[in-house]
Amino acid sequence: MASVSEIITRPRERVHAVKWIKNNLFSSWFNTLLTVLSSALMYTILSQLFIWIFTIANWRVIAVNLRLFMVGTYPLEQIWRLWLCVAIGTTLLGLSWGIWPHVVSRVAMVYGTALLLLALAPFGVTTRIWLAGCGALVFVGMLVGRRIPDAGRWVALTWLVFLPLMLILMRGFGTFLPVVQTRQWGGLQLTLVLAITGIALSFPLGVLLAIGRRSPLPAISLCCTLYIELIRAVPLITVLFMFQIMLPLFIPGGESFDRIVRAIVAFTLFTAAYIAENVRGGLQAIPRGQFEAARALGLNPFLTMSFIILPQALRIVIPANVGQFISLFKDTSLVVIAALLDLLGIGRSVLAQSEFLGLQTEVLLFVAAVYWIFTFSMSHVSKRLEQTIGGGNR
Amino acid sequence: MSEQAISPLPTRPPFWRDVRILAILGQVAFVLIIAVVAGMLYANVTSGMQRLGIVGGFDFMNQTAGFDIGVRPIPYSPSDTYWRAFRVGVINTLLVSILGIVLATLLGLLIGIAQLSSNWLVARLAQSYVVIFRHVPVLVQLFFWYQAVFLRLPRIQNAIELPGPIYLSNKGLIMVGLTATPSTSWWFGFIFIGVLGAVMIWYWLKRRQERTGQQAPRFLISLLVVATTTIIGWLVLATPPLELSIPERRGLNYRGGFELTPEYAALLVGLVIYTAAFIAEIVRAGIQGVAKGQKEAARALGLSASQSLRLVILPQALRIIIPPTTSQYLNLAKNSSLAIAIGYPDLFSVSRTIMNQTAQTVPMIGLIMFSYLIISLITSLFMNLYNRSVRLVER
Repeated sequence: MASVSEIITRPRERVHAVKWIKNNLFSSWFNTLLTVLSSALMYTILSQLFIWIFTIANWRVIAVNLRLFMVGTYPLEQIWRLWLCVAIGTTLLGLSWGIWPHVVSRVAMVYGTALLLLALAPFGVTTRIWLAGCGALVFVGMLVGRRIPDAGRWVALTWLVFLPLMLILMRGFGTFLPVVQTRQWGGLQLTLVLAITGIALSFPLGVLLAIGRRSPLPAISLCCTLYIELIRAVPLITVLFMFQIMLPLFIPGGESFDRIVRAIVAFTLFTAAYIAENVRGGLQAIPRGQFEAARALGLNPFLTMSFIILPQALRIVIPANVGQFISLFKDTSLVVIAALLDLLGIGRSVLAQSEFLGLQTEVLLFVAAVYWIFTFSMSHVSKRLEQTIGGGNR
Repeated sequence: MSEQAISPLPTRPPFWRDVRILAILGQVAFVLIIAVVAGMLYANVTSGMQRLGIVGGFDFMNQTAGFDIGVRPIPYSPSDTYWRAFRVGVINTLLVSILGIVLATLLGLLIGIAQLSSNWLVARLAQSYVVIFRHVPVLVQLFFWYQAVFLRLPRIQNAIELPGPIYLSNKGLIMVGLTATPSTSWWFGFIFIGVLGAVMIWYWLKRRQERTGQQAPRFLISLLVVATTTIIGWLVLATPPLELSIPERRGLNYRGGFELTPEYAALLVGLVIYTAAFIAEIVRAGIQGVAKGQKEAARALGLSASQSLRLVILPQALRIIIPPTTSQYLNLAKNSSLAIAIGYPDLFSVSRTIMNQTAQTVPMIGLIMFSYLIISLITSLFMNLYNRSVRLVER
């Protein structure tokens, strides 16, 4: 077999700039017209945007409330705990970069560099030290990760352990870590907590529902099918609302449930139905022979599922599931309607201050940009993952 | 070899290891658990409702609503019943969903094709559109359109006047509208007959082409039939079936014309722009999913670029495009419930008001879920029928 270097690649065509412009922009009268029209459109939009951003917009509203946007009313003296979470997260990101360079390299590089650059901005000294430290940890993690390329499984496990650890750190316990009530959580921190816990909890539930729906036992498959179809037919907001308003009715003493917990339960139950449908698609794509072979080897249904079928099925549906997680991330903004102060909620409450009336455009654009950074990096990683696992292995 | 290995399996395993019996036992246990949990929840709800003094059932819906609704496609006043108010909400949801689906499809198709344009600049512009709007939560976009665009328009005294005339102000968009006259329904009858005739002629021409190979511009002829009956209807009827209603300014308001409230406009624009980004991606993937050889074969047969797109590529791409587009349509209808955030009185928002007034949470939630279920089922039904018609015919 020829090694990679021996395969002759297609010679790269050297294209002259003028020729390229002619081919791609002015190949016919219609194309020329399109080019002229779209350049005019682009020029208008971009020039107006630049003028607005640099001369008209009043960014003081963001600068003054930046801490609110990021962490809500989390007490200042406890903020190191959030920074610690970020630091662990960036270290893990760096390690992942070293171990799976194809998948996360670009995102990790951009995040690390951005953190280092932000450390140059005029924040307080501690903030800048944390920013620089977190940024540096990405690159340190990468260097370490390169040395231990086989530790992928451990890093993945650490990511999983990191999630409950993060929640414990944020909430606190005992005397050393004083408890920070969840009503003091807010801003981007709350958005991330809602999204991450929602993702972590809905995935296993979704897999169970998918297996249940494909079960040969009619009672189980009927129940799962009913659940999935009912949830998928109604808007998320009704589910969210039901849990905010109706939980006290369903469970005696339900008023005492934390509002954030209620929201997380709603997100989990809602997203699980969609995950289940994705996973079902993956299960259907596994050829019958795999089931029969496992059976012939003497594996019982449980072992067949967990060691033969699921590893193959879940791999197929990674892109679809990441897509679902991205929508969950975006959908966390719906807690505004349940009066929780996530990123968008903080934006709305800042706008309600008399000092910042009429600055809707600035605040909403800022909020949109923050959401965009996270969702776009998720979809970028998913695309890379798809390319990496898509080629070969089958 | 030992004796046991050759001997046939024992006739039946003991029942606690018999898969068939275990399966039945397991299911019974599962159903029992679900029934017990459901029963407990039900008991809690009824006792909770008794505690709060709420009577079950839907009788309360016949009481007087007492609240006003800003957007009324059907006559409604606060003295009407809750049922009437709920119906207004349902119609408002349908109004925004149906128009939203039509517009999002058109915009999505346009941007999806533009993403594959041979013009570098156009393709990049379309791709940026998708990348930007797909990744920002739809609620943020709705707030943006409502608070940062539509409510920021000039006040009604200095409304922006566009040719038409269309007046844009922070009270919404007002443009020339059409009002029905007594003969309108007759005129629609004419149009209906025209459409029926056009469909019949279309099929007849198609059959003739399949039998004899004789070609005719089917689409053009059908269009002509519809146009002719429409015009004949207009001329035959004594009074013109539609009258123009031109908006006139009366003090701080406009009289006549067709009016879009800023809430409706923001909801529609937000949903359309968001959903179109997803549809554009689906269209792009669908067109790219058609094997390259198909396009080359079409060109080799001498079909023009537009013919090969229309007759070879699109019919095959549609098969890939329709199922995911259906779920986008459903998403749009479901996302219309975010209207509550910007104060458009849709199904969810009206129900919320009813709930606040009557404290009848449980039946109202049931009603809301049932309504969305029906809307979803009808949409899926239509899309599945359409999907069947473009499906690959296998022998």
